[in-house]
Amino acid sequence: MSAARVGVVTFPGTLDDQDAARAVRLAGAEAVPLWHADHDLKGVDAVFLPGGFSYGDYLRCGAISRFAPLMEELIPAARAGLPVLGTCNGFQILCEAHLLPGALTRNASLHYVCRDQRVRIEQTATSWTNMFGQGQEIVLPIKHGEGRYVASDETLAALEAGGHVVVRYLGNPNGSLNDIAGIRNEAGNVVGLMPHPEHAVEELVGAPSTDGLGFFTSILKKLVNA
Amino acid sequence: MARVIVDVMLKPEILDPQGQAIARALPRLGFSGVSAVRQGKRFEVELDGPADEAALGEVRKMAETLLANTVIEDYSVRVEG
Repeated sequence: MSAARVGVVTFPGTLDDQDAARAVRLAGAEAVPLWHADHDLKGVDAVFLPGGFSYGDYLRCGAISRFAPLMEELIPAARAGLPVLGTCNGFQILCEAHLLPGALTRNASLHYVCRDQRVRIEQTATSWTNMFGQGQEIVLPIKHGEGRYVASDETLAALEAGGHVVVRYLGNPNGSLNDIAGIRNEAGNVVGLMPHPEHAVEELVGAPSTDGLGFFTSILKKLVNA
Repeated sequence: MARVIVDVMLKPEILDPQGQAIARALPRLGFSGVSAVRQGKRFEVELDGPADEAALGEVRKMAETLLANTVIEDYSVRVEG
């Protein structure tokens, strides 16, 4: 079969699209550039929403991006089962688009945090984490000022009860409720997390690990077996 | 012509570290008697026409759709004047 095609979205202000595309290629898939202003998903098999400061984070992080023409295509596709991974600003966009519950707010410390972060994979039953072991501890870079995950008590209880917390911080860097670093939707095709797997795929560039590659090999396995 | 004010505030149960930082700074500047500060956003929406019920309904829709994230924020709409 032809290589799995993973779309990587670029908004004005996106930073991590090139790293994300590179990680997709390293995992053995084809990276397809997607442009925010196009009403076109180019028939991709999955979509990666990278980090950055789309639309300058104006109003709220992800609040404007959510209404981009591309998102008008992506939101119904994700609801219909298209695998979507959002990291950092991508996670914020997924929350603003209500594809994932809750919201990401200013770090409790008010400081921008940039460091290598130990996290635990809490849920492997997703399109993006199936290559990890349940409870596996990995190290990924984080770099954000607005990563404190908040949600109502009911939403938090539902996330925990349903096993929808995908990644949890070991040593909470931003005040996220329940140490939540990443979550999935009900179906498990949409995952958002603040850490950056796409920055942890090659030792050559000084990444703390190559643990991030697991997210990309997971989607590949998912697509090949589909 | 009318101006409509939309105030957006974090819901009471959502931690507001910026407001807390301001509250902590006030005593250092000599202001006493402040027990808490919450920080929010104010939008001034200029309308082409009068602020009638239909126009206010549109502004409420704007607030609901874009100006506020109702997962974490509350909003209020009022006509200035």
